[in-house]
Amino acid sequence: MADSAGAPRPSSSVKLVLLGEAAVGKSSLVLRFVNNDFQENKEPTIGAAFLTQKCNLPQRTIKFEIWDTAGQERFASLAPMYYRNAQAALVVYDLTKPTSLVKAKHWVAELQRQASPGIVIALVGNKLDLTSDNAGTTGEGEPGGGDGDARKVSTEEAKIYAEEEGLLFFETSAKTGYNVTEVFTAIANAIPETSLKSARGPGAAGATSRTEEQRVNLNGPRDPNAKEGCAC
Amino acid sequence: MAPEPEAGSNSNEIAELLPPPLPPRRKHSGEGLHVAPGQSKATTAMSSVDISTMSFPDGSRGTFTTSAMRAVSTPASGFATPSRGASEDGLTDSMSVVSFAPTMRPAGDLASLVAGEIQKSRAWNMLRSQSATVQPFEAVEDTTSTDDLAGFEKEFDNIPDLTTEGVTDDQRLALWKSKMKHYMILSSAGKPIYSRHGDLSLVNSYMGVVQTIISFYEGSNDPLLGFTAGKTRFVIAIEGPLYFVAISRLGESDAQLRSQLDALYMQILSTLTLPTLKNIFVHRPSTDLRKPLEGTESLLSSLADSFSKGSPSALLGALECLRLRKSKRHAIHNAFLKVRSDKLLYGLIVAGGKLVSVIRPRKHSLHPSDLQLIFNMLFESGGVKAGGGENWIPLCLPAFNNRGYLYMYVSFFDGSPDSTSSEPIPERNPDTNPDEEIAIILISPDKESFYNLKEMRDKVAHQLDKTGSLAIIRTAVREGRPRINAVAPATQISHFLYKSRANVQFCMATLELTFDGPEPEKLVARRRLMSVYHQLHASMHTKHSHLKVLHCVGAEAASLAWITPVFEFYCVAGPNASRAVMTQGANKIIQWAKREEERLFIIGGGVF
Ligand SMILES: Nc1nc2c(ncn2[C@@H]2O[C@H](COP(=O)(O)OP(=O)(O)OP(=O)(O)O)[C@@H](O)[C@H]2O)c(=O)[nH]1
Ligand SMILES: [Mg+2]
Repeated sequence: MADSAGAPRPSSSVKLVLLGEAAVGKSSLVLRFVNNDFQENKEPTIGAAFLTQKCNLPQRTIKFEIWDTAGQERFASLAPMYYRNAQAALVVYDLTKPTSLVKAKHWVAELQRQASPGIVIALVGNKLDLTSDNAGTTGEGEPGGGDGDARKVSTEEAKIYAEEEGLLFFETSAKTGYNVTEVFTAIANAIPETSLKSARGPGAAGATSRTEEQRVNLNGPRDPNAKEGCAC
Repeated sequence: MAPEPEAGSNSNEIAELLPPPLPPRRKHSGEGLHVAPGQSKATTAMSSVDISTMSFPDGSRGTFTTSAMRAVSTPASGFATPSRGASEDGLTDSMSVVSFAPTMRPAGDLASLVAGEIQKSRAWNMLRSQSATVQPFEAVEDTTSTDDLAGFEKEFDNIPDLTTEGVTDDQRLALWKSKMKHYMILSSAGKPIYSRHGDLSLVNSYMGVVQTIISFYEGSNDPLLGFTAGKTRFVIAIEGPLYFVAISRLGESDAQLRSQLDALYMQILSTLTLPTLKNIFVHRPSTDLRKPLEGTESLLSSLADSFSKGSPSALLGALECLRLRKSKRHAIHNAFLKVRSDKLLYGLIVAGGKLVSVIRPRKHSLHPSDLQLIFNMLFESGGVKAGGGENWIPLCLPAFNNRGYLYMYVSFFDGSPDSTSSEPIPERNPDTNPDEEIAIILISPDKESFYNLKEMRDKVAHQLDKTGSLAIIRTAVREGRPRINAVAPATQISHFLYKSRANVQFCMATLELTFDGPEPEKLVARRRLMSVYHQLHASMHTKHSHLKVLHCVGAEAASLAWITPVFEFYCVAGPNASRAVMTQGANKIIQWAKREEERLFIIGGGVF
C-alpha cells in the first residue's frame, strides 16, 4: 500500500496462462494468488476464467492477466486460444499423481512448439501439503492428513526435467499458500524487459489500451487489489 | 431392484391409486360426490368444472370448445399429499365432500363458481371461520410418521463412499434406497454414465438390471415408457444411444418426469453437441461416456436436485423475471443495445436468478430450456460463480442449435449496494447474498470474441452505473418477490404461480413467510407446496383433459388451478379456505398480473 503513495512505477500487463491436467489445482493456485483463499472442494473449471492481479516489483508493477483454463480433455482444443500471445505459462501437475506430470510435459512441449518464442514457463508441482517432507505444511493447519506421504513424483525427477527444458520450477501448496506468490514473483522477474516493451507495442492486441488504463488506475486512491499484491 | 416400499406402509393402496402411463385410468369422474365411506386415507378431493365461456380480467370474454365433463386423472394423489394421520374427524371429511359438489352451471367467470357452494349450517360456518386461518400443511407437522415426505430432509445428503470407515455396504445400500428420487443415465450397451445417488460400486448392478429391462422391450419394438413398483414410479426415456431413468416417490406425473429427463439430456448435449454424441457411439458403442462428460456431474446433479426440490420454472417451462417499471426496463434494454458488440448473439442481464434484460437478433428468440441450462450452470451449481473473475465458456444451446458451440462471456457484479466499482469482482465478497448477485451474460458464435465482449461488458456496466439502472436493479432484487398481501389484500391464499403463456414467463409470490424457516423444515415445506403444484399441473395437462378450472381440497391444503389461452394460474391456501374465498383471491391476483404485465414480464426484449 505504501508504494501507491509514491510516484507510479512503470507498469505493464503480462498475459499468463495456466495449463495442466484436471484437478491438479490450477484454479486453487489462482484463488490463493488473487484472493489469498482456498476452497476444499473446488468445482472443475468450465471453459476458462480470466482474472487479474498485480505484482509489485522494485522497479515496476506487473499486472498479470491470468487465463485459468479447464484441465478436462474436452477443452484441450481451446488451449491455443489462451496461450497464443501469452508471455508466461504455469504448467501445473499434482505431485501425488504421476500421470499429471506426463500431461504437464505434453503441455510444455506444445508450448515450446506453438507459443510465442520468448514465453516464460514455470513447472509447478502442487499439493505439497499432502507430502510429509515439506516445510510448508508444518507451519499451518494439520500436516497433510495423517502420517502417510502421498508424494508420487520426486522433487529430483521434476527438477531435472525442468532444468533440461529451461523452466522455472516450484513445489507449492495452494492449500497452505506455500510458495504460491513466489511462483508468480519469479515469473514477473523472469519476463524480459524487451518482452514487456513489446507488450506496449501495437502488435499485442488489446494490451496497449489496458496498459494505459492501468496508468490511470494507479493514481486512484482505491485499488481493491493493492492489499493483496504479491509480497515482493 | 427398486427401492423397496417401506414394509407395513400402505403401498398396496397407493399402488392402486397410481395411474398407468397412458391412457389414464378413470379415477374420479367429475360428476357426483366423492364419498368414500370408511376410506380413512382419502386426502385429495377434486372438483372440476368445464367452463365454456370465461371472462378475462380485462372484461373480455372467450369461448372454448367444451366437451362434457371429462374424467380427471388424479396424478398419484396418494403421494405427495401426506396422510392425515389422527385427524379423522368429521370436519375434514365433510369438507372434502362439500367442496366436491359439482358445479354444473357454466360459470360466467371464476368468481361465480362460488354459487355452486352448498349452503351450510350456521354451526358449520362458525366452526370453519374459527379455523379459516390455518396455513397450508400446518396439520402435517405432527404426523411425520405417516408423512410421505418423511426423510426428505436427508434426500440430498451424500451417501458415504467405499472408503468411509464404519459404514457397511448394507448401510450404504439402505441409504441409497431411502432416497425418494433417483436419476440414472446409462448407455444402451449398459455402461453407467450418471447416477444422482451412490457411486458406481453401489449402482453398477442396478444399472445392469435397468439396461436388461429396457433393452428387452426395445428389442420387441415396444419401448418401455414406465412402470410402477409399490409407491415408486419409474419413467424411462430413450435418446439415441442413451437411456434415461427417473425413479420417483415424490408423485410427479410421467410427463413431468419425462421433461426432467429431457433437461438432463439437454445438459449432455450442451456439453457435447449432438453430432459428437452420435459419433462417439457410432464408432464405439461400448464407450464410457463418463470421460467426455467429466466435470459435468455437478451440473447434472444441480439440475436433478432443482427438480427434486421442486422448481416452478422447470414445472411451468417458463422463466422468472425481475419486476421492474416498464420505463426502467426499457432504459436498460436501450443501454444494453447501445453498446452492443457486432459479435454478439444474445445478451442477458440476470439478477438474483431472475431475468432483467435480454437483447437478441430479430430472427432468434431464446428458448427457455436453453436458459434453464445457463441459469443452472451459473446460479445453481457452484463452479462458475465460485471461480470469481470473468468466464469464457463454450457451450451448446441445444434448442438454438444442437450441432455446434456458442461462447458465453459471464461476469458477476458485486451485489453490495455501496460498491461503486463496475469492475468485475476480483474477489468474491463473502457477504454477498447469492440471491442478489447480478450477472451479465454475453453469447457469441465467435470463440475469439472474448476481449470484444469483455469491452462490451465494461461499457454496459458503465452505462448502467451512470444512468442509475444498477441501483434500480439492486433495489428490485432486494424487494424480492411480491407478498401475497400486497397483491390481493386480505386473501387467504398463501401462494400462487402465474404463467404468461405468450411470454413463456412466470411470476410467483414470495416463499418467505409461509414456506420459510430454518433448514431442513424449509426444504420440506417448499417441496410440499411444489408437490401440490405438480399435482394441479399434471391434472390440468393430462392428455385429453379439457380442464379449465380445478379446485382441490385436501387435509393440508386447498388449491386451485385455472388455465386460459392467456395464462396458467395455480394457487394454494390453507385446507379450510372456502372455494369462494379462493376464487375471489385468484381473481384479484390475476387482475393484478394483468395490470402489472409489463413490469412482471419482458415483452420481446431489446431486439436488433
Ligand atoms: N491438499 C490439497 N488440495 C488441493 C490443493 N490445490 C487444490 N486442491 C484440491 O484439488 C481439487 C482440484 O482443484 P482445482 O483448483 O479445482 O483444480 P484445477 O486444476 O483448477 O481443475 P480443473 O479446473 O478441472 O482443470 C480441489 O478439491 C482442491 O481443493 C493443494 O495444494 N493441496
Ligand atoms: Mg480449475
